[in-house]
Amino acid sequence: MDYQAIRQKIIDIIAEIAIDEDLSNIDDDVRLRDQLDLDSMDFLDIVMELKKRYKIEVPQDDYPKLATIKSCIEYLGPKFA
Amino acid sequence: MAHYDTIIIGAGMSGLAAGIRLAMFDQKVCILERHKVPGGLNSYYERLGRKLDVGLHAMTNFSRKGERGRPLTKLLKQLRIPYEKLELSQQHFSRIVFPERQLSFSNNPQLLMDEVASVFPHQQENFSHLLEAVLNFDDVNLQNQYQSAKEKVREFITDENLLEMLFCPLLIYGSAWENDMDFSQFVIMFKSIFLEGFSRPKNGVRSIINLLIEKYLQLGGELRLGAGIQKIDVENGVVRRVVLDNGEVLDSNKVMSSIGLPETMNIVSEKQECPAAGAMSFTETILFFDKKPADQGIHDTIIFFNDNDKYPYRKPDTLCDYSSAVICFPNNFNSDDYNEGVIRVTFMANFEKWNELDKAAYLLMKQEVRQASLSLIKKLFPQFEAELLYSDVFTPRTIMRYTGHIKGAVYGSTQKVRDGRTAVKNLFICGTDQGFLGIVGAMLSGISMANLHCLMSGDKA
Repeated sequence: MDYQAIRQKIIDIIAEIAIDEDLSNIDDDVRLRDQLDLDSMDFLDIVMELKKRYKIEVPQDDYPKLATIKSCIEYLGPKFA
Repeated sequence: MAHYDTIIIGAGMSGLAAGIRLAMFDQKVCILERHKVPGGLNSYYERLGRKLDVGLHAMTNFSRKGERGRPLTKLLKQLRIPYEKLELSQQHFSRIVFPERQLSFSNNPQLLMDEVASVFPHQQENFSHLLEAVLNFDDVNLQNQYQSAKEKVREFITDENLLEMLFCPLLIYGSAWENDMDFSQFVIMFKSIFLEGFSRPKNGVRSIINLLIEKYLQLGGELRLGAGIQKIDVENGVVRRVVLDNGEVLDSNKVMSSIGLPETMNIVSEKQECPAAGAMSFTETILFFDKKPADQGIHDTIIFFNDNDKYPYRKPDTLCDYSSAVICFPNNFNSDDYNEGVIRVTFMANFEKWNELDKAAYLLMKQEVRQASLSLIKKLFPQFEAELLYSDVFTPRTIMRYTGHIKGAVYGSTQKVRDGRTAVKNLFICGTDQGFLGIVGAMLSGISMANLHCLMSGDKA
């Protein structure tokens, strides 16, 4: 799956979690926490949605790998394959 | 036999919020509620076509749409409910009224700062230090230990009169302890009342409850009203199932109870240590008038009245303590959804005294409470002239009957379990006795306990 396709999947998840946020100008290299109002509770939701939608399990130790869109894609890419 | 991932006991704010979280992530979840009407401590009823709210007078923790890091924003995000759905309208202003002094506050914290500066000029700096300490304190950390809030606040505020006035709204809007509270809870309450402030959802508390239920059912959650629980069945220290009053048995991996810690321990099959119930209970008079308070120059939203320099927050020796009260004017939010004038008056009350009255005396005493409420309104607002159309009084006995809280203890046990764990494996506590306060606190309690114990996989050590 290509970069854009995975990116869209992640953005869709964030859009559902952060309903009041504008996601059109997200910088893939900047920490999501620094761009959006996301806290640890919301990262739990990203993980839960990955499991619910794509059966992808993210162990707690790997949560830091979800920090930016870019790191999400690098980490999740092989799992989507 | 039905088998659930999680059974939630109680369809109040915390139980419903927990249920939404679990249903959202495809758990098979069932909420069991003893009563026909959901809501628990914050509920509603109807008499003669009039809608009456019980529980908190207003929603605390007001925040504007999208305001970052606020409890209300967090909880809406977790429940995936759009901000607009609450249709919040803000308070005008509220007042703490003591014999010699008054302090007004609103949803703009600057008002309280100005008021403190003008009424207690010598405490202005101390107050800003207290504010700083409050803002820097991690109030929702589940590991916080009990610390006396009064002792801690005295490190900053050196005028007892100011201290008593500041504690007045915070104690009566959430403390299970008499005359003091835990510092974490003080910080939660201070932020939620003095820094964020009061608002009211359109049509009151029923709107929030309906919103939660709608969301929960939409996500596939099961809700059973009129389903009281006889027993939580425990084998070798692990929760196995619950048995309903009608004998029906429901298996479940986990049970999340929002009915209170002693109330939960009382129905666990293997005997558990049962903490004491709290002592604080109240009466409330709900009065409907043919005129609205604003038409007679009353614009306050909530008044915290106390007839003494010292604020005695404790179970009174008599049926009721009329020397202090909370008076709420539900019409006085930015948008008013009532046709009539409404005033709610709350007094501290003694459960045992109310409980020992026979029927005739009970009705008579309710009449006395109604009169005391009317007199207090007249005392504070001599200009208020309106015809009383309807009124109802509820007492500690009513509270026990409808909430199941032992001794009608509105704020639950003095023993809080912040991490929600009990001595029984897979039995957890959320809501009042977990210790987050108010409507927003209750929902956050349900959310965080559901996240921690039922969603985060891999039980951490």
